Amino acid sequence: AAFAVTGFRALPAMASAEDADKMVMDFTGGKAPESGKIMLNTPEIAENGNTVPVSVEVESAMEGDDLVDSVLILADGNPNPAVATFHFTAMSGSAAATTRIRLAKTQNVIAVAKMKDGSVYMDKKQVKVTIGGCGG
Amino acid sequence: MAKSKPRVKVPKSASAGEVITIKTLISHEMESGQRKDKEGKPIPRQIINKFTCEFNGQPVFSCDLDPAVSANPYFEFNAKVNESGTFKFTWVDDDGSVYETENEITVK
Repeated sequence: AAFAVTGFRALPAMASAEDADKMVMDFTGGKAPESGKIMLNTPEIAENGNTVPVSVEVESAMEGDDLVDSVLILADGNPNPAVATFHFTAMSGSAAATTRIRLAKTQNVIAVAKMKDGSVYMDKKQVKVTIGGCGG
Repeated sequence: MAKSKPRVKVPKSASAGEVITIKTLISHEMESGQRKDKEGKPIPRQIINKFTCEFNGQPVFSCDLDPAVSANPYFEFNAKVNESGTFKFTWVDDDGSVYETENEITVK
């Protein structure tokens, strides 16, 4: 622990949880998301922050009015919290998707689902990152 | 940069109304705009910013990508197929390039 912060390179300012909260509110139109319905799957520990598998699944019949419109993925400790936005349709069959993302350091990954009826749901998982994925 | 090459895995056949799984990968550096070169100058951002999947002209799934998506963007998602037809996959690069590929599926 003697290494402390001396010699810490001038990195770009890291995003704060507040930035991520603001993006969630922009996405939901100011509505506070409920818990449930959405399941975010991430590894507990990511050895390599350059490629972290992330999958999300939302309970929905994906027909009629019971439809997931979109899912926002954020990482609240990256230089920019925005990661990706998935858009689904009735032809998606189910509201599930997987991708691989970059995480600069240990942080929370956040997924927010917006349903066709306007309701919003959120899930959050912390990922411990051994080697950050935003070097240069 | 080497030309981006898409790879897609779609089942060759399915039964009507079946929900199938599709996997896609495209080779791309996804330069985040956060990195610096040897002289300390920022390397400009160049990423794929949009991915779409259509079936017989109808939207199935799409994704807006930010620089936090890993190099060689990978997507796995589902599609409900009711009839035989063609999946069309499109990736849009920051530089305006568009990469496309198509896959047929037979529905019995």
